[in-house]
Amino acid sequence: MSLSRRSILKGAAAGAVLTAAPMVMGANHGKPKVVVVGGGAGGATVARYLAKDSKGEIDVTLIEPTRTYYTCFFSNLYLGGFRTLDSIAHSYGKLASEYGINVVHDWAVGVDRDKKTVALAGGGAVPYDRLVLSPGIDFVDGAVPGWDIAAQNKMPHAYKAGSQTELLKAQVESMREGGVFVMVAPPNPYRCPPGPYERVSMVAHVLKAKNPKAKILIFDPKDKFSKQGLFQEGWEARYPGMVDWLDASFTGPLKEVRPDSMEVVVGGEVTKADVVNVIPAQKAGRIAELAGVTDEKGWAPVVPATMQSRMDENIHVLGDATNQGDMPKSGFSANSQAKVAANAIRGALTGSKVFPAKFSNTCWSLIDTDNGVKVGAAYEATPEKIAKTSGFISQTGEDAALRKQTYEESLGWYSGITADMFG
Amino acid sequence: MMAVTVRTIRALGLAILLTVTALAAPARAVELGDAKAGEQLFRVCKACHRVGNGAENAVGPHLNRIFGRVAGSIEGFRYSEGLVRAGADGLVWDADNLDIYLENPKNLVSKTRMNFAGMPDPADRSHVLAYLRAFSDKPSNIPEAAPTATATDHNLDPAILAIVGDPDYGEYLSGECLTCHQKSGANEGIPSITGWPKADFVVAMHAYKKELRPHPVMRMIAGRLSDEEIAGLAAYFEGLD
Ligand SMILES: Cc1cc2nc3c(=O)[nH]c(=O)nc-3n(C[C@H](O)[C@H](O)[C@H](O)COP(=O)(O)OP(=O)(O)OC[C@H]3O[C@@H](n4cnc5c(N)ncnc54)[C@H](O)[C@@H]3O)c2cc1C
Repeated sequence: MSLSRRSILKGAAAGAVLTAAPMVMGANHGKPKVVVVGGGAGGATVARYLAKDSKGEIDVTLIEPTRTYYTCFFSNLYLGGFRTLDSIAHSYGKLASEYGINVVHDWAVGVDRDKKTVALAGGGAVPYDRLVLSPGIDFVDGAVPGWDIAAQNKMPHAYKAGSQTELLKAQVESMREGGVFVMVAPPNPYRCPPGPYERVSMVAHVLKAKNPKAKILIFDPKDKFSKQGLFQEGWEARYPGMVDWLDASFTGPLKEVRPDSMEVVVGGEVTKADVVNVIPAQKAGRIAELAGVTDEKGWAPVVPATMQSRMDENIHVLGDATNQGDMPKSGFSANSQAKVAANAIRGALTGSKVFPAKFSNTCWSLIDTDNGVKVGAAYEATPEKIAKTSGFISQTGEDAALRKQTYEESLGWYSGITADMFG
Repeated sequence: MMAVTVRTIRALGLAILLTVTALAAPARAVELGDAKAGEQLFRVCKACHRVGNGAENAVGPHLNRIFGRVAGSIEGFRYSEGLVRAGADGLVWDADNLDIYLENPKNLVSKTRMNFAGMPDPADRSHVLAYLRAFSDKPSNIPEAAPTATATDHNLDPAILAIVGDPDYGEYLSGECLTCHQKSGANEGIPSITGWPKADFVVAMHAYKKELRPHPVMRMIAGRLSDEEIAGLAAYFEGLD
């Protein structure tokens, strides 16, 4: 996008937020309407905050195909046997009954930006004054040669939680004695930077107890990864000899996976595996692309102060789908961005006071029983991007009591954020 | 009504403590000991007192939320006149005065009916206090919080404490807190900050901001909040129940 176009958009966005009087009346001269697509970390939070804080002044519709949302966060703990699947399942009941949100269980299949309507798979179109897209991620077609969505039963990704996670867990638990677990790790940027490595820790935890001669190989296109020192220290201490992290500069690139024969070809070598977890390269959830708000890399660029799309000021994009700057793609980030967006949207539609944007993130990971670590940062909105202002990370060599406390804190965070999303 | 009074008294008490510590160290600053050891020692107290989930009054009043409670204030319990009067005079239980009371109840309230010779060893008392602290009022689960906070926490400019916060701004800012701290006050690994007396909140946040308290997430969050923003948050969270 040219600079001038960008500054015009920015100007328009700022104007919309700073004006005190209600700018937009509802499509039918009724209450202003906000439609939210995606009921995950970003979408559920923004819907709840809009409904709660506008006290009935805004009509909120949430479009989400599934009736039960399984959080990706803590889905690794389910793999490791630290959580049940039920304990990471959430329904939309309270958002409808306590907050008056119109929850529509359907897929959004298109956005008409001129008419300002969202088309549903089940037919019909929902009008909006402001649209929020928080559809999470989809996988880049052909990112891992030999793998496509039809292969996900043989080589699960488990990067959208639910049945995929159940499948991967079953595969790990029934692995033959001394078998090989392969993870094909994704290139940057992707959802939850420490996620693949926490997963390896959890798989190792299960194997150590059930199948101690088994091996874990990670084929990674990156030459470094999130919390690397902490994970590698933990693997060595808790799962000695079990985990091998192999980066592409050492092995050569991944050539293909063969789901039928359970083989992974890297460099010149063919590895026969028992379980293969393929986490492909990612892009914004497809509806963002259909709405025409994604860039050439497949993510949706946003104005940091309001989370408005840089391509359409009536659309806000949240969470994993965005290209925003320094924040990692995490549930915590999506939740944080949702509150900034809710404040901006409410200001634009009802004239309520708009406060300056503040963002933060903390990602906890579990390495083994009572061995938690965390990384986090604070961010501010600059015109160009969401920019990191300060941060922290757990240290290697921390004592067991601190690690346990960090783990317990993560349990508290999980309860906190899910209450903040679903009421 | 009751709650307001207690809060006001506590806030006042804290303000006084603040002024005092600014000038000189308090006469007696009780460190909390080991709650596990305290649980053992508490057996002696169990002859008359109950504490913990569902505890009720027995020979003596139950000890849930004893920290921050006005002396002699549980409705329906028949206290000695001495204790009721002490409460009316402004005695609010905290680590310091409970320590004195445990050493010998008659030290503090001459005509108390608490028939207990006292616990002479300061270490024993500190263990018992640590044990009781775990059952005390919101935000009891924040270990460093008043009324057991250490003096270093309290070296706060009274002008900062006097700032009147805007609860509406606080409500907006609270979004950041509520990703982890539950609004309902439930504590499932992260302490409750709901209903926290304003002065305690401000003191704690400034202690993080100045990096006197260790928690990295809280240092980060508090570090970029202005004095007004902290006051706004304090006003908002105090008003929640
Ligand atoms: C293994 C793993 C571990 C993780 N651990 C953590 C962690 O510990 N901490 C943390 O903060 N984050 C963690 N994350 C990341 C976190 O899950 C995501 O960053 C977060 O869910 C992003 O929120 P979102 O709103 O962008 O997308 P999502 O939460 O994925 O929500 C998107 C929703 O949109 C819906 N949707 C998609 N397309 C449409 C459409 N066309 N119409 C209607 N609805 C649609 C989907 O059904 C989905 O419910 C982890 C992720 C993984 C995979």
